[in-house]
Amino acid sequence: MQKNIYLALTGGLLALATVLMSQTKKPAATPGGSGGAKASITRGKQVYLEQCLACHQVDALGVQGMNPPLVKTKFVLGDKKALIKIVLNGMQGVQVEGEDYHGVMAPHPDLTDQQIADVLTYVRNSFGNKATAVTVGEVKAVRATNTPPAN
Amino acid sequence: MQQFIKKEILRSALCIMAGLFLTGFVVFAGDGGGAKRRPAKTTDAASQLKLPSGFSAVAVAEHFGRARHIAVAPNGVIFVKLSRLKDGKGIWRLVDTNGDGKADDSTGFGSYTGTGIAISNGYLYASSDEDVYRYKLDDKFNVVNPNEPEKIISGLLNRHEHESKSIALDGKGNIYVNIGAYSNACQMKDRTKGSPGMKPCPILDSAGGIWMFKDDKADQTYGDGTRYATGLRNVVGLDWNTATNSLFVMQHGRDQLHDLFPDMWDTKQSAELPAECMYELHKGSNCGWPYIFYDQIQHKKILAPEFGGDGKKTAGEDAQDPVAAYPGHMAPNGLLFYTGNQFPEKYKNGAFIAFHGSWNRAPEPQKGYFVVFQPFKNGKPSGEWEVFADNFSGGPEKAASGRVDYRPCGLAQGPDGSLYVTDDTKGAIWKISYRK
Repeated sequence: MQKNIYLALTGGLLALATVLMSQTKKPAATPGGSGGAKASITRGKQVYLEQCLACHQVDALGVQGMNPPLVKTKFVLGDKKALIKIVLNGMQGVQVEGEDYHGVMAPHPDLTDQQIADVLTYVRNSFGNKATAVTVGEVKAVRATNTPPAN
Repeated sequence: MQQFIKKEILRSALCIMAGLFLTGFVVFAGDGGGAKRRPAKTTDAASQLKLPSGFSAVAVAEHFGRARHIAVAPNGVIFVKLSRLKDGKGIWRLVDTNGDGKADDSTGFGSYTGTGIAISNGYLYASSDEDVYRYKLDDKFNVVNPNEPEKIISGLLNRHEHESKSIALDGKGNIYVNIGAYSNACQMKDRTKGSPGMKPCPILDSAGGIWMFKDDKADQTYGDGTRYATGLRNVVGLDWNTATNSLFVMQHGRDQLHDLFPDMWDTKQSAELPAECMYELHKGSNCGWPYIFYDQIQHKKILAPEFGGDGKKTAGEDAQDPVAAYPGHMAPNGLLFYTGNQFPEKYKNGAFIAFHGSWNRAPEPQKGYFVVFQPFKNGKPSGEWEVFADNFSGGPEKAASGRVDYRPCGLAQGPDGSLYVTDDTKGAIWKISYRK
């Protein structure tokens, strides 16, 4: 009997939490790993500071002619698989909104699936961006079929 | 966490509101890295600059886009090279017909983009990122045949990193061309943590130095030129010093000491290091890249970490020392030795340096966006450098963020001794003059 009460209480709390979380309206999907989307964003911010900021800058607007902006571009807000691949494989030479960027982005295969999910969820939901979270499962799936760049 | 998201939303909302408010009155912060911003009104480029007492600036032009280097003829005609075509043209000839300092007549030609431009012995020289052309000038510095330049050098390496080909001439038959290294530190994999340096660095065969060619010979390429100086990562600003009869260059020092070696340099050290160096070159000069970099705080050539360095070990006994060193990452894009008589005596034969401004100082504040004066004595830098023309950025906050109004790039001296400065974000060109 007592067990059932506990279960009901837990269920109620969970439901409440879900309602509260959905009220923030972002991000829409819940990423894998622990702690939900908000925790993912918090962790992702730390990954951004360590891995991305030096080139993409504090405001994620990048550097003219070199490092592309991460704000409101289809690369960040669009196809998640392509975005995950950019982190895994790096990139050089891209046109964003009619501007050419030539900076070299190193591949980041050493980041864990969780770190990649977190940092992409963070970027997709910061700097004025708003998009669904990237989950650990999505990163795992892309990595499994990814062909790393040649040495 | 929720607070964090709220903060983000609040910040965005505030930004939008501030933006809406501000656009009605002033220009919204310069050319950023990509976010679309609509400038509502023109900044008054002339009044923006802060200059020493007695100096004033006129905006010769305000909207030439990516105005890189500039050359001014003995009759005051201006030629500017663009790294993005304006109305389909990459070189513009500007004339101030009524003497108010502003260009009121402009003609474009050349359908290629690039950086380098120079006038020497009756010819205009201009570079794309692969080739160098020359155009015959008449006695009024009109371009005789703007659609048929002579291609004097072709096929120089362009791998979209340090690709601009700056040029300088000695007036004695030689043209010097920078061929920047397509790399940060000659790692096996560029800018990749843990990737070792390549020794010997294969890039140095065809880039990472200054090449010398004949200034009057058509169709030259690598085999016709001489590698005049090596071990230079990338040079944008360079000038032939007629007082010393030698070539001086400004090197863009390497990036990312902290990113790639966080255990050896913290973000503050990495923002200041390594120095942006001025070198005096002679045939056969070696400035040491990629194996060493110059640490202006220790005053030493330090073994690069990709080649076994730990931040303290010195190396590069075969590499020459810089003649002057400046704080890191400020991107010296223009160099000019002042030979005019208009400015006060102390400027004579000294060097002006246009620092385009940094990006590789984040998360520390960015720096640069000014024109520096370096005093010289007997052909050597003598005394501390000083900021000559400031506030291209539009204020300390814009400078710190790197979201600036203007970025100084090219320098030239007019026949009356005025100093010309270009900006490659909006394409402003200033003429700076002195009156007692």
